[in-house]
Amino acid sequence: MNRVERMTIKVLYFAALRDALGRSEESLALPPGVSTIGDLQAYLADRGEQWKAIEGGKSVRAARNQRMVASSEPISPGDEIAFFPPVTGG
Amino acid sequence: MSVSVQESDFDAGAEIAALSHGRTEVGAVATFVGLVRRGNEDSGVQAMTLEHYPGMTEKALEDIVADARDRWHLEGVRVIHRVGRLEPGDRIVFVGVAGAHRGEAFAACEFIMDYLKTRAPFWKREETPQGVRWVEARESDDSAAVRWDDIEMRR
Repeated sequence: MNRVERMTIKVLYFAALRDALGRSEESLALPPGVSTIGDLQAYLADRGEQWKAIEGGKSVRAARNQRMVASSEPISPGDEIAFFPPVTGG
Repeated sequence: MSVSVQESDFDAGAEIAALSHGRTEVGAVATFVGLVRRGNEDSGVQAMTLEHYPGMTEKALEDIVADARDRWHLEGVRVIHRVGRLEPGDRIVFVGVAGAHRGEAFAACEFIMDYLKTRAPFWKREETPQGVRWVEARESDDSAAVRWDDIEMRR
């Protein structure tokens, strides 16, 4: 892993949330002051009106490195973070 | 391989047979098969597409199976979940649990389905005469999963 990759996180969006945001994934330099999933949601919501959907309370769930986590979960460089609506399989 | 995520259909009979094949300690196999339901005629579902989170989906299902194996003594578990476009009547999900007796097989099969409904990253998008819509999660699915925590606490 080079230096740039170490400082970035990968963010994925799924299902109705992806449709609302118009984006399925991105790589992002871990912004200063962002240390938890909740911080990242607040940071992304600041991008504009369309991005308010990322702070949907119970209607937005998060995973860190492919495990479901709470908004207090810390984020580290190199993480894969995903946001999605409550699941509807089965 | 106890967990599969696949586009193709499955043969429930073959899966049931495999769960007890050559295993005389198995006294019970409980299964669940989920199907695409059309619903009512007017707003009926013409088809649905199941999206998932490749990588996480398999891990989530394996965690649920491991959780079930922690709670009950099980002889075998098989979970298959289909993804992609499905039509009414198509099979979506198979859960099969083999145990020595019916009690643990029934309970673990229901537990796996309840947890799958709230923890495995699948999303359904329905095609109806009114257009395409994402299926909303149901509160009752959360409460179905939570009741197992209560059972755990009472043990």
